[in-house]
Amino acid sequence: MANLEQNNTSADQSHFKIPDIKFTKLFINGEFVDSIKGRTFDTVDPRTGEVIVRIAEGDKEDVDAAVKAAREAFDHGPWPRMSGFQRARIMLKFADLIEQNIEELAALDCIDAGKLFLWGKLVDIPFGARLLQYYAGAADKVHGEVLKSSRPLHAYTLKEPIGVVGHIIPWNFPTSNFFMKVAPALAAGCTMIVKPAEQTPLSALFHAHLAKQAGVPDGVLNVVTGFGHTAGAAVSSHMDIDMVSFTGSTEVGRLIMQAAATSNLKMVSLELGGKSPLIIFDDADVDKAAELALNGILFNKGEVCAASSRVYVQEGIYGEFEKKLIEKAKAWKLGDPFDPETRQGPQVDKKQFERILSYIDIGVKEGGTLLTGGKPWGSKGYYVEPTVFVDVKEDMQIARDEIFGPVLSLMKFKTVEEAIERANNSKYGLAAGVLTKDMNVANRVSRSIRAGIIWINCYSSLDVGFPFGGYKMSGFGRELGLDGLHKYLQVKTVMTPLHDSPWL
Amino acid sequence: MANKEQQSNGSGETKHFRIPEIKFTKLFINGEFVDAIKGRTFDTVDPRTGEVTAIIAEGDMEDVDVAVQAARTAFDHGQWPRMSGFQRGKIMHKFADLIEQNTEELAALDCIDAGKLFMRGKLADIPGGARLLRYYAGAADKIHGEVLKSTRSLHAYTLREPIGVVGHIIPWNFPTSMFFMKVAPALAAGCTMIVKPAEQTPLSALFYAHLAKQAGVPDGVLNVVTGFGNTAGAAISKHMDIDMVSFTGSTEVGRLIMQAAALSNLKTVSLELGGKSPLIIFDDADVDKAAELALNGVVYNKGEVCVSSSRVYVQDGIYDEFEKKLVEKAKAWKLGDPFDPSTLQGPQVDKRQFEKILSYIDIGMKEGATLLTGGKPWGSKGYYVEPTVFVDVKEDMQIVRDEIFGPVMSLMKFKTIDEAIERANNSKYGLAAGIVTKDLNVANRVSRSIRAGIIWVNCYFEFDIDFPYGGYKMSGFGRDLGLNALHKYLQVKTVATPLYDSPWL
Repeated sequence: MANLEQNNTSADQSHFKIPDIKFTKLFINGEFVDSIKGRTFDTVDPRTGEVIVRIAEGDKEDVDAAVKAAREAFDHGPWPRMSGFQRARIMLKFADLIEQNIEELAALDCIDAGKLFLWGKLVDIPFGARLLQYYAGAADKVHGEVLKSSRPLHAYTLKEPIGVVGHIIPWNFPTSNFFMKVAPALAAGCTMIVKPAEQTPLSALFHAHLAKQAGVPDGVLNVVTGFGHTAGAAVSSHMDIDMVSFTGSTEVGRLIMQAAATSNLKMVSLELGGKSPLIIFDDADVDKAAELALNGILFNKGEVCAASSRVYVQEGIYGEFEKKLIEKAKAWKLGDPFDPETRQGPQVDKKQFERILSYIDIGVKEGGTLLTGGKPWGSKGYYVEPTVFVDVKEDMQIARDEIFGPVLSLMKFKTVEEAIERANNSKYGLAAGVLTKDMNVANRVSRSIRAGIIWINCYSSLDVGFPFGGYKMSGFGRELGLDGLHKYLQVKTVMTPLHDSPWL
Repeated sequence: MANKEQQSNGSGETKHFRIPEIKFTKLFINGEFVDAIKGRTFDTVDPRTGEVTAIIAEGDMEDVDVAVQAARTAFDHGQWPRMSGFQRGKIMHKFADLIEQNTEELAALDCIDAGKLFMRGKLADIPGGARLLRYYAGAADKIHGEVLKSTRSLHAYTLREPIGVVGHIIPWNFPTSMFFMKVAPALAAGCTMIVKPAEQTPLSALFYAHLAKQAGVPDGVLNVVTGFGNTAGAAISKHMDIDMVSFTGSTEVGRLIMQAAALSNLKTVSLELGGKSPLIIFDDADVDKAAELALNGVVYNKGEVCVSSSRVYVQDGIYDEFEKKLVEKAKAWKLGDPFDPSTLQGPQVDKRQFEKILSYIDIGMKEGATLLTGGKPWGSKGYYVEPTVFVDVKEDMQIVRDEIFGPVMSLMKFKTIDEAIERANNSKYGLAAGIVTKDLNVANRVSRSIRAGIIWVNCYFEFDIDFPYGGYKMSGFGRDLGLNALHKYLQVKTVATPLYDSPWL
């Protein structure tokens, strides 16, 4: 990593090493290339608002070239024809290379997305390697089934790689999202085109470089940086992509599904937004609950699809809870994400920053009361104070829309029935949390809430083996776990008549 | 069944066939047969004669709204999803019993609605519907989530929960099979639903609704809204309170449904679409059996099957002998009134399909293909088309690329196995394929090389309830039949909680 020291612009004079940006071009068929039209775009550091570097801007013709390479690699190349074990060995090597470059990768996500450097180094980047290791271990255990017929037929299913996949990934967890999609698709034997979010191209291009070093054959993994309405749209409407896997906003999810329908009816999987409720019962430990609630909304500066943006506290502990929450919110340290003591970095870009501030404004206009926060922080960059609204009604925009920032709506409830009804009163259904010691309450509420992930006495706990995805307008399809792998496999039934068999 | 005797169609014969009295002609919503809110109706036509059989209530958006309301209440507050799988299974078995007790009447309804063979309906299609209910009834109490293996101290498991209110949009080619292929797994899963049968074939669907109620399926769980695709069907695919839509039909309509789902509430979609399935016959095949299989592959159910073998590739070593046998068999293939037990092929489902097939035959000739046999309408009344075989066909011709959905085959010759695989895969569709050979290695190689969801080796059209059924590429996604279909109607929910003082993870 180049020792390019740079003074950051927070009040303290610490020097944080930002890396030399080595990869700024599209990665197609094993080579870093300029975009065909030669265009480039800026990627901006949200700590300062300044441009870091210019990146090649891919458009439709670049996606076409990438798809051609991926199609060739799938139809004729070694990758789908290798054993699962051989693919796994290359994936494990890829994971090793990531582990050898952790600091540089964490620094890239830090300056691209404002993510905490220490968190990246200890959790996000290693999670990328872990995803490769998990799916590498599954690659040689992809089983079809022999079926039970009611007539003399020998029949079985084969699980085959679906083909060329388009991955359109968001900016909030550039490394985790990259590998949540790429790792299972690689294990399945698919080939792919990744379109990283325009806000966060840097680590994706570095990962492409490491993939090649690891021995992933040319054409198997392509990365086309660029914008959603050009490169992303080219992926979702492409006639030769077999499947598109998208994580991002509900609005863009709609466009992608439509484009898939009007083009070649490619399969679609969508991980979309959420407005996840955290329900805290009277028997919860108030201090721990306040910690969990705050962390649930401030983790990754609130830029998490499963953030606990609606918190319902039972009236018995409400007063104490509110007090603890404010204390902790006021003590929450914002700052440069390279600083190991910082707990909250800047929002990803100006657009998100302004959007969050406008929602805070709306909340105030709608009659919500600001308990704490509500203002930008610092003199530069896109930092927003941890913000809590009270006196919130269910029909307010701040209670219904996904804000995607450090803004919490805090509400009081009486009975478990009320909590369930209010929790389910959303078009979203991604996650929910339940805090209680009572096993029966936990079982009842976890089965009653229509959401894909329910956390009991914890929040945001993900593991590589836990299926992750939404109900309702939070999308469909699951990532992580073996469900994530099956998404990239097609089921083929093969049968032939059975003669003179002793049994069916 | 009412003993209403009627003269058969104009095939020259004067046999009497009993057609049933049409008992159910209204929408079935929340346990009652009701008129459409706007009071409109439409005709259902008998393809043996072109005459109107019955006047059916025509559901539109407002009727779908009422049905969804009933299904939503039944799901959110009713007993059906809250019963044990075993209890749902019991009701489903009773439903199957009632179907078996009414087999002839149901077979007759599908016969006069869709021109399907009565004998086939009585012996296979209708019992198949009952069989689907029993299969999924048996699975209903065996829906398992999993306990997950964590890398940290967390106890986590998945629950499989019914997805909610489902819209089923079903086609006209197998009215009974299609109805139960969708309804049975959705019922077993604990979902509630709205069925929109094809406008050509509303009759048996409404009868099934009646039997469902008799069996004890609670009000609102199963609703049937008869009507047209562009009104009632569209209302379903864009409804904001339907959680999933399951569709079988044409690729063109599949697109519209997926778009409507995207624009409305991003409901889950599963599509079983068209096909242009290849049947590949190698030199070592038994020529007579192969010709039988190939002909059946394209005239079974008058070619109105998504998986019909509309492209037949025969290796050059046996080609001439094969062609001769095929023509013999095609000419001997008996068309006639579908009530007649000796008939092998009834009329096409309606005038529109009939004309579409004839126009494709016309296109084939204009494109330069040669008619080996058939090519003309049959009989003086109704919508019958002769078994038709084209030769001198090129891969880029419309008759080779488009799904015709009628008794029309394109017969081609090939030399090598590589050529056969390449030509078989040269299609936007990927539903099924057949391979006829004794050679194990050829069978294994070709079955893995063809990009299609169902591969038949030395057979064709073999279905079984446990075998997943669905397409690759533009033939759609999602699987019907087997446990895969049940899982389609279930959502995966992960529940996680911290683990303290556990001896191991």
